[in-house]
Amino acid sequence: MRIGIDVGGTNTDAVLLGQAGVLAKAKTSTTEDVTSGIVTALTDVLEQSGAAAADVTAVMIGTTHFTNAVVQRRDLASVAAIRLGLPATECLPPAVDWPDDLREASGVRPYLVRGGLEFDGREIAPLDLDELDRIAGELRAHDIHSAAITSVFSPIDARMERAAAVHLVERVPSLDITLSHEIGRVGLLERENAAILNASLRDLARRTIAGFLEAVRGLELGAAVYLTQNDGTLMTAEHVERFPVLTFSSGPTNSMRGAGYLSGLSDALVADIGGTTTDVGALTQGFPREASLAVEVGGVRTNFRMPDVLSVALGGGTVVHLDDDARIGPDSVGFRLQQRARVFGGDVLTATDVIAAAGKTNLGDRRLVSDLDARLVADLERRMQEIVDEALDRVRLSTEPLPVIVVGGGRLLVTRAVRGASRMVVPEHSEVANAIGAAIAQVSGQIDRVVSLANTTREAAIAEARADAESQAVKAGADPSTVQLLDAEDVPLAYLPGNASRVHVKVVGDLAAGHRI
Amino acid sequence: MWELSERDLPALSIGASLLGTGGGGNPYLGSLRVRELLRAGHRVRVMEPEALSDDDLLAVAGGMGSPVVSFEKIVQGEEEANAVRALEVLAARSVTAIAPFEMGGGNSMAALCVGAQLDVPVVNGDGMGRAFPELQMITYLIYGGRPFPSAIADEKGNHLVFQDGVDAQWLERIARAVTIEMGGHSGLATSLMNGAHCKASIIPGTLGLAYDIGRTVLAARTDKSDPVDAILDATGGRRVLRGKVVDVERTMTKGFARGRIALEGSGDDEGRQVQVDFQNENLVVWEEGAAVATVPDLVTLVTTDRGEPITTEVVRYGYRADVLVLPCPAKLRTERALEVVGPRAFGFDLDYQPAFS
Repeated sequence: MRIGIDVGGTNTDAVLLGQAGVLAKAKTSTTEDVTSGIVTALTDVLEQSGAAAADVTAVMIGTTHFTNAVVQRRDLASVAAIRLGLPATECLPPAVDWPDDLREASGVRPYLVRGGLEFDGREIAPLDLDELDRIAGELRAHDIHSAAITSVFSPIDARMERAAAVHLVERVPSLDITLSHEIGRVGLLERENAAILNASLRDLARRTIAGFLEAVRGLELGAAVYLTQNDGTLMTAEHVERFPVLTFSSGPTNSMRGAGYLSGLSDALVADIGGTTTDVGALTQGFPREASLAVEVGGVRTNFRMPDVLSVALGGGTVVHLDDDARIGPDSVGFRLQQRARVFGGDVLTATDVIAAAGKTNLGDRRLVSDLDARLVADLERRMQEIVDEALDRVRLSTEPLPVIVVGGGRLLVTRAVRGASRMVVPEHSEVANAIGAAIAQVSGQIDRVVSLANTTREAAIAEARADAESQAVKAGADPSTVQLLDAEDVPLAYLPGNASRVHVKVVGDLAAGHRI
Repeated sequence: MWELSERDLPALSIGASLLGTGGGGNPYLGSLRVRELLRAGHRVRVMEPEALSDDDLLAVAGGMGSPVVSFEKIVQGEEEANAVRALEVLAARSVTAIAPFEMGGGNSMAALCVGAQLDVPVVNGDGMGRAFPELQMITYLIYGGRPFPSAIADEKGNHLVFQDGVDAQWLERIARAVTIEMGGHSGLATSLMNGAHCKASIIPGTLGLAYDIGRTVLAARTDKSDPVDAILDATGGRRVLRGKVVDVERTMTKGFARGRIALEGSGDDEGRQVQVDFQNENLVVWEEGAAVATVPDLVTLVTTDRGEPITTEVVRYGYRADVLVLPCPAKLRTERALEVVGPRAFGFDLDYQPAFS
């Protein structure tokens, strides 16, 4: 049996998953120390199911804790942002495009160093070790414990980033180092930004992981503890301490994967309808499709692989403005639905009230909205449905009809089949879809590199990348007999000579039974 | 004389992206460069072509090379200015103004940086009025300017001067080979000219146009009025179709991304289908087998809801887009220009179909 936990901004959810499916589920408020809320949720599911602690083999945790720290500008540590690339890149130093408040909150100290590579692996300049020595002195003098090292074209060849890390750690042994090539892709500022964010979160990550482990061990669960990352696969707790940014979008990812599990579908569109927004995405082979462009976190441009989720302003609490041409939203009463909505005795006309007036839900007291004109209600219902239809159509990749899975507390807003849906699925237990997504997470290995096809073939490059990805997955805890190819693609790079291509291979496998870190 | 401020940059970026007709590279990094120069106390002054005197000396300045490289190995910052300085040494004279290379895309910002660094005005205009892939496609050269001497500079301190050569096509070939050797991106200065030639050959007003386009789009987004209508008002263009992208085919040939975008109409355009052929930039619009718009007219796709330009790199199924065609500048429509930038120059067996009478 495994336990999946989702530590959100408001709620901590837990689910106990066994062979038979969902055995127990619990929802409690997230506590400031994080630990207490997890203990409550864990205790709850164990008691409900009567399961023994010894029967739980793994605990998987998905959390938005680190995203929230960035968005709220708190708990961020000072960082040395070291870029290897001079004489190139000089005009735009590290963090040049950050919002001022975030730059201050995270105490970024930018350093530019001679080094870096050209697109074909030649050095731009030899790595300037003397400058690194000088930087090491400053870091010691100012008590800076965390550094991000970003070298030009490191996604092609990471040798300079590694050499710089070795050199710095020899001189500042307590330094936590984040290497950009382990975080992001080609695109210097975006990758560097991601690395700097990661570096600023490492102290928080250490404390948070300790809190998670304390919660689990406190209940005498000997289970291995993992966290889920952006792509829905597992990272060991130790790995999260080094790469907290990889958890940034695990919330939406787990929600979509959980929806897939609950519906039994691996290829579908998913609409998660909450109190304020509807988030839609596409599941392919059980995983959310990834966004291809820069993604902003807290106002900073980054290029993680994040799920392609479209958010529209329609949820259960969305306000309908009768005095403004029956405008729907974008404002919402959010989690105050049960105080403010008319069917609960409040005075705000919300999307939930419209559905109640249409007779399509038993929520609340329908008599409290019986004064609404029937045609108006029908029109509003139709328009709300169209917002959902339109959002789902925008995340499609083709006209092919697909199943549509609807989850979330606001799912009552969908009253007829979505346009272009081959069928509609509204599964049970969807309020803990996030925790379920965490519980079913697999282990992955992933290679994303730029290769020159001048001396090799496309097939050979992909095969080599696949072998590397598979050994990565096994090292991370995958059972080798379950490892499968999830995605393999190569994208020729326009304008770049030397027949360069970006090769991306991802494999996933089940967690090996009894795997311990 | 227009003195640019930091506040003008977002509008300029949107307008330059739109004039990029699907290509031209992203102006984001360039606009950051200009911002940093302004914050460091430099000035960006823009002058009208009419204000040039006949014996002013100008160089055309911009960046050359792979957009992928320029997003990863960001420029040192003075490559373009150093290329101009190399020409000044050869001419034994300083330039008195800078003529922009290309207003579509990232190069819109490069000329502004050079003006700031050399402390000379930048002329309101450029050599394309949009984006094009090759050096010889600038009006300064099409209308009799001299491709030699030209200069290229990299971030390391290599400054090459092409003293003399056969023609602009040769310059393009050799400059591109050198650019690759320099690491895939370089600063270029070419078409050293006097004020008289600049006035005669420049496509005037395009910096101002880029700014106006961006400003009206931003205003429309704030007022919640139609940003696409705002673009059409600012440019005298027209909408070919409002609809949805339903397919994108892509092939790679000789380092250029070629392809075809298929769109289906929606609303009033329901039932119609158009295709757009591109080669980094959008080139030809087809409907029912006939070409309804071709290069050098500007074919551009923007998102229906926000008027955001959609580049050929990112376009995919599902985008709600308006296909727009904007009139190309008069200087691109002459027989002489069409030989260099008409559909046949891009491999289409097709004559220019003016989208506006």
